[in-house]
Amino acid sequence: MSRSALLYLDGVSVTFDGFRALNALSLVLAPGEMRAIIGPNGAGKTTMMDVITGKTRPDTGDVLFRGTDLTRLDEPAIARLGIGRKFQKPTVFEQLTVHDNLLLSLKGRRRPFAMLFARLTSAESGRIESILATTRLAPHAGRLAGALSHGQKQWLEIGMLLGQDPELLLVDEPVAGMTDAETMQTADLLRDINRTHSVVVVEHDMEFVRALNVKVTVLHEGSVLAEGSVEQVSANSRVVEVYLGR
Amino acid sequence: MIRRRPASDWAAAVVLAAACVLALLSLLPEARLLHVPAYIVGLAGKYLSYAILALAVDLVWGFAGILTLGHAAFFALGGYAMGMYLMREIGTRGVYANPDLPDFMVFLSWTHLPWYWYGFSHLAFALLMAVLVPGVLAAAFGFLAFRSRVSGVYLSIITQALTYALLLAFFRNDMGFGGNNGLTDFKDIAGADLHQPATRAALLAITALVLALCLVVSRMILRSRYGDLLVAVRDAENRTRFIGYRPEHIKLMIWVFSAVIAGLGGALYVIQVGIINPGEFSPGNSIEAVIWVAVGGRGTLWGPVLGALLVNFGKTIFTGVLPELWLYALGALFILTTLFLPRGLVGLRRRVRRDATPALEPGDGEVTP
Repeated sequence: MSRSALLYLDGVSVTFDGFRALNALSLVLAPGEMRAIIGPNGAGKTTMMDVITGKTRPDTGDVLFRGTDLTRLDEPAIARLGIGRKFQKPTVFEQLTVHDNLLLSLKGRRRPFAMLFARLTSAESGRIESILATTRLAPHAGRLAGALSHGQKQWLEIGMLLGQDPELLLVDEPVAGMTDAETMQTADLLRDINRTHSVVVVEHDMEFVRALNVKVTVLHEGSVLAEGSVEQVSANSRVVEVYLGR
Repeated sequence: MIRRRPASDWAAAVVLAAACVLALLSLLPEARLLHVPAYIVGLAGKYLSYAILALAVDLVWGFAGILTLGHAAFFALGGYAMGMYLMREIGTRGVYANPDLPDFMVFLSWTHLPWYWYGFSHLAFALLMAVLVPGVLAAAFGFLAFRSRVSGVYLSIITQALTYALLLAFFRNDMGFGGNNGLTDFKDIAGADLHQPATRAALLAITALVLALCLVVSRMILRSRYGDLLVAVRDAENRTRFIGYRPEHIKLMIWVFSAVIAGLGGALYVIQVGIINPGEFSPGNSIEAVIWVAVGGRGTLWGPVLGALLVNFGKTIFTGVLPELWLYALGALFILTTLFLPRGLVGLRRRVRRDATPALEPGDGEVTP
């Protein structure tokens, strides 16, 4: 199982000052899959992302990506391995233009010296054009990222993920603060991205999760409560009790 | 901002031209109307050396968000390297006329030159050390600090500790750098008499040239993709990690470059001021350099140059009239700048020029160290 899986978490536990943020969490993601993670606040969704991306080290458990042990690597190493992350609060480089935000995110050079002498290549320009088109940010390419609206920042951050071109995208609450129309557009965008990338989406918005129409994992108190289609988990009495019913 | 027409290139040209004019006027016969007295040339050279230090501080504070309160340490180390060469140049013209040892070593009854003084009879070697020693120290310090993710006020505090530790070390006689008195009584540089107006004029022009070059190279660095990355690290360091960058390496590069520039400034300073002593390491000096940058305008390249020149000019005037009040005036200046001109004098000009485009106001959030 762990060999064929893209992402493999087994028995992962994390404790913060006595609080069990993750409790023997296990999760397997197949290559090419998109998975939605839902659960009440404090269920461990963000901590799980932190463990996968190297921000938090688990106390126990295995975290493997294509068979590579992620618990031994730090954030940049994991990012270079092919895992991208979009944060809950959009974090873009506000003092740089949209174009330059995307340029910095593009897969490739990462060493300071190489960056010093880097010139914009036509391949890079092409990539940026295409991402600008996908994220509908083309008219804003020359604007400072800090001047974008909240929804546009979310999209820019997704665009930066595309620029990184990771094998696996972790997307934390992508539609928080978005209008209904934007939410549906984002669902379309993620489904589109999923054609070529594996995706894990953490989201509260059940409409959005329904629109994604993928396998759902429900977390509760740091471990998996239920797993299955949207309909299956919605019908699960425990899920209704701890999460949906409230 | 960085992307606009490079105002820093204009600043470099203006500084260079003004220094050259001043240097040439100082060579006129004294009776002539436009003659510039020697002490003015010396002062101008000192201010420009300080401007190089200010630029160094701004590179890391303004563009990388690292509030350094210890940059005078790199400046002083560069100064000591140059001072050692100038001491060796004195040769037998010292009080004790010892051909092998500087006066202070004879005074301490030392019999031979410490190994770390070897090579300093050559100007080229001293210049190399003036950039190498600060560079290597900065590399070691930065590597450890940035790797441990020390940032913000904690980093500022350890930079103070660094310069203070060096202050105490250089005060010791057995360190072999002249102790309390430091290095002084220099005679000439590369065979040219340091007290000749022509030498002093040339030194002023060279200092201006070095400052201009530092401005141009800094501008090139900041306009490169690395410069963008630096701003990205300054504003959202964590985010860059998740894209695969190592912020510690990115910060280290500008940090070392900045220390090297500071060392150069210190070397030029010592030649023109004629003395280097442990006082140059005092924590207050580093803080003063930060004030020059704040007053001029951090995050721009010519702001710190302007700030260094104006504040030091003010200091010269003020300490002549009301010496005991200078520190209060400096403190007040810093407080007023922080309260009313967060972008410094450069920001004042921008505020006047600000057009209808409500571009992002670089607010205080961006100014966090």
